[in-house]
Amino acid sequence: MKIPYYPGCTLNTVAKQFDTSAREAASIIGFEMKELAQWNCCGATFPLTPDNVIGLTAPAKVLSNARKEGDTLTTLCSVCYNVLKRTNKVIRDNKEKRNVINGFIEEEYDGSVNILHYLEVLRDKVGFDKVKGAVKRPLTGIKAATYYGCMLLRPFEDIGIDNAERPTIFEDLLRALGAEPVEFANKIECCGAHLAMNNEEVVTNLSGKVMTSAVDAGADLIVTTCPLCQFNLEKSQPKVAEADTGYRPVPVVYFTQALGLALGQDIETLGFEKNSSDIMPLLKKKGIA
Amino acid sequence: MKIKLSNSDIQSTEVRRLERISGEDVKRCYQCGNCSGGCPVSYAMEIPPTKVMRFLQLGNIEEVRNSNSMWLCVGCLQCYSRCPQGVSVAAILEGMRQDTLRKGVSRTEVAEVPFPFLKKAPQQAIVCGFRKFVG
Ligand code: SF4
Ligand code: SF4
Repeated sequence: MKIPYYPGCTLNTVAKQFDTSAREAASIIGFEMKELAQWNCCGATFPLTPDNVIGLTAPAKVLSNARKEGDTLTTLCSVCYNVLKRTNKVIRDNKEKRNVINGFIEEEYDGSVNILHYLEVLRDKVGFDKVKGAVKRPLTGIKAATYYGCMLLRPFEDIGIDNAERPTIFEDLLRALGAEPVEFANKIECCGAHLAMNNEEVVTNLSGKVMTSAVDAGADLIVTTCPLCQFNLEKSQPKVAEADTGYRPVPVVYFTQALGLALGQDIETLGFEKNSSDIMPLLKKKGIA
Repeated sequence: MKIKLSNSDIQSTEVRRLERISGEDVKRCYQCGNCSGGCPVSYAMEIPPTKVMRFLQLGNIEEVRNSNSMWLCVGCLQCYSRCPQGVSVAAILEGMRQDTLRKGVSRTEVAEVPFPFLKKAPQQAIVCGFRKFVG
């Protein structure tokens, strides 16, 4: 199985370990992520006002390029996924906007690509049972906090990957990998997102609440699906630990790194050294590495 | 506090314009407070989401524009997911933000963004931040 794949800017640069671990895991499980021959930035935010049609042209260009390579497109970053999926729906359902957008990008795209998050590929195309069957290094004894954030889930009627208030797709994957998912209060709350640019205080507060609620629930690992969540959590963690001496810092990793680990990939190739939190002490403690 | 209302305030053309930009009808809000309850940044907003809606219903867009609320909204859509009336405060605040940015007024100037941030941050944060804060 070959699936056209859109990495997006961040996975091509500062989150390279997210990209490489996902490709490697795919090849172990038995499918290939075929990077689009041509792609550009998705715009990194879906325009929240309907009058902003120009903001839809960049993702529309990605989608029309993807259509030339097949009828499905997968992506890993929650924001890319959100922007592409929502834009696709506008193009499919709104003829007037479709014409304007196609006029701008000089294409005839109709919204017929099916956008799947990598988690959906694993659940719906591969099957979590098959993933479980491929596990060589189960994450036994690890209590994992599956941090969804916002963009993977909302708005429900446009995204629909899972129940928007009580999702389980992410926990189901971690369970298949042998880990024990923990239930924590802020798993679908915001990390502070783009406020990283000008409001460190709010980001530290929001990311802090996510991590504190995870650790209070007993987590020894936080798993993410978005490079901005990953960045905000990792950057905030030392400040959270400084402000609250009772806080116990935990490693934060991309879900594909956890996946690769469980599938038995060479630990050296998972790019953990690119994360700013260190997972190795935990792996040693649990007898996994 | 004594509030003086006039029909011309409530019929504010600026609010009507914001409704056109955002696609929202401010009168749909019945002030239940769910949006402020779900909003992760309402604690830091000078005017939290429910009150934003009330000010707009009363035609007082200026009060909202002078507050920090539109710049703090992270677009997480908790307000919209939980609104029993299907109102998106996120769209309203983005409409106000865009209206300001389109006039060339920035919240953050590119030169103010710290270099270490630009070097280390995910591209998506930089692109998104520029789109949300730079006019
Ligand atoms: S989208 Fe904005 S206003 Fe709505 S809950 Fe999130 S931060 Fe608050
Ligand atoms: S949740 Fe909806 S109806 Fe309730 S106060 Fe907020 S905008 Fe108004």
